[in-house]
Amino acid sequence: MDINVLITYIPLYNEALLLTFKIGMLGILTAFAIGLSGAAAVYFKVPVVKKILEIYIELFRNTPLLVQLFFIYFALPKLGIRIDAETCGVLGLGLIGGAYMIETLRSGFESIDKVQSESALSLGMTRRQMFGSIILPQAFSVSMPGIMANVIFLLKETSVFSTISLMDLMFTAKDLIGMYAKTIECLFLLVVYYLIMLLPISVLGSFIERRVRYAQFGD
Amino acid sequence: MSEKDIEQAEMLVEVKNLHKEFNGNVILGDINLSVKKGEVVVVIGPSGCGKSTFLRCLNGLEKIQGGTIAVDGLYVEPDKKDITKIRQKIGMVFQSYELFPHKTVLDNVILAPVMVQKRDKKDATKEALELLEKVGLADKKDYYPRQLSGGQKQRVAIVRALLMHPEVLLFDEVTAALDPEMVHEVLQTMLELAKSGSTMIIVTHEMAFAKAVADRVVFFDGGEIVEESSDVKNFFENPSTERAKRFLKTFAYE
Repeated sequence: MDINVLITYIPLYNEALLLTFKIGMLGILTAFAIGLSGAAAVYFKVPVVKKILEIYIELFRNTPLLVQLFFIYFALPKLGIRIDAETCGVLGLGLIGGAYMIETLRSGFESIDKVQSESALSLGMTRRQMFGSIILPQAFSVSMPGIMANVIFLLKETSVFSTISLMDLMFTAKDLIGMYAKTIECLFLLVVYYLIMLLPISVLGSFIERRVRYAQFGD
Repeated sequence: MSEKDIEQAEMLVEVKNLHKEFNGNVILGDINLSVKKGEVVVVIGPSGCGKSTFLRCLNGLEKIQGGTIAVDGLYVEPDKKDITKIRQKIGMVFQSYELFPHKTVLDNVILAPVMVQKRDKKDATKEALELLEKVGLADKKDYYPRQLSGGQKQRVAIVRALLMHPEVLLFDEVTAALDPEMVHEVLQTMLELAKSGSTMIIVTHEMAFAKAVADRVVFFDGGEIVEESSDVKNFFENPSTERAKRFLKTFAYE
C-alpha cells in the first residue's frame, strides 16, 4: 500500500464523506418524520390513512432501495417528473426508512399499557396532551434501540447512491479505481471512511439510548 | 354562570338508570346511585360484578348505553367536548398505580396541575411537597417510580389525584396489587382523607377497612346493586339479602 496515494486521495474522500453524510442525515430526518406521523396515525386508528400506510410499508420494505432509486431517478422522468440526484437520494432513503421507522415506533406505542393513557385522561388531559407527554416519551425510549439500528442501517444504505451518479464514498472509490487502478488503497480508504462516519454515530446512539432509557428502565 | 347541565344539583354524583353493555353482554343493569358531598361510599361485591366498570363509567373512561351520570351538575359523556373539565373534578386512583414511569415523583404529581389547570409551577410544587410530606414521601420526590415500593407508588398516585383538587375521588381496588404489609399504609392515608371530609367512592375487597371508612356500603352482584345500607356496621354483621350474606361469608374462616 502506497501512503502517498492515500494522502493524495484523502481530500476527495473528505468531500465524498460530507456529501454522503449530508444526504444520509436528510434522508434519516425525512424517515423519522414519516415514521413519527405514520405511527401516530396508526396509534389513533385514523381510518383511511391506516390502510394507505399498510400498503406503503409493505411496498417499501419489500423492494430494495436500489430498485426504488432507479424508479425515482430513471422511471419518473419518463412520466414528466424530474428530480435531481441529491433530492432523489434523500427521498429514496426517507421513504424506505420511513417504512421501517413506522414499524419500529408503532411497536413502541403498542408496548405502552392502555391504562397509562387512561391514567393521563383521568387527570383531565386532552388526547393530544396525553400523547405528547405520556405516550410518546415512553414509546420513544422503548423504541430507541430499534431507531438507532435503523439510523445505522440507513447510513450504510447510502452506498447504493453511486448508482444514480451521486459522488458519495462508494462512487468516489469506484471512480478512482476505474481511473488509476489503485484498488487496495481505494478500498482501504473506503472502509476507513465508513467507519469514521458510523462509529461516532454508534457511540452517540448508545449514549442517547442510555439517557432516554434511564428513567424507565434504570439501565 | 349557569353552565351546568342540572341546575342546583343536590347530589355531587348522581347516577340514574345507568346501563352498560359490551358485545351484547349486559355489564351493568339499571344502576341508580347518588353521593352527597363529603360522603364516603364503599362498593363491594364479587369479582366480575361490574363494580370496577361502574367506577370507570363515572369519569367517562367507559361509554354507557343508557341512563345518565352527573358529577357536580355536569353530565359525564366520553365524547363531550368539556369531558376534560369534568374529569378534573374527579380524581381516580388505579389498582396498578399508573404513575408515569418516565417522570420523577414530583413531576408525576405536578404534571397535570401545571399542564391541564395552568397552575403556577412553583405554587404546585410547594403544595405537592406538603402533600408528599403528609404521606411520608417528601424525601422521595426525585425518585423514579421504579425505585419505589408498591405502597409508596400508590401513595404518590393518591397525592397526584389530590393535587388536582377534585370534588370526588374514585379508588379502584387500590390495594389489590400490594403486599399485605403495604396495604396498611395506603389504607391509613385513605382513612385520613375520609376524615378530612373528602367525597370518596371506593371499590375494595378489604372488608375491615370498608367497615371503618364507609358512610354507606353498596353491594354489587351481577351488574346490579343488590343491597345498599347506611347502617354499615349492621350490614356487615347482618346483611338483609341472601346474596350479600353468601358473599360476606367468603371472608370468614371458622
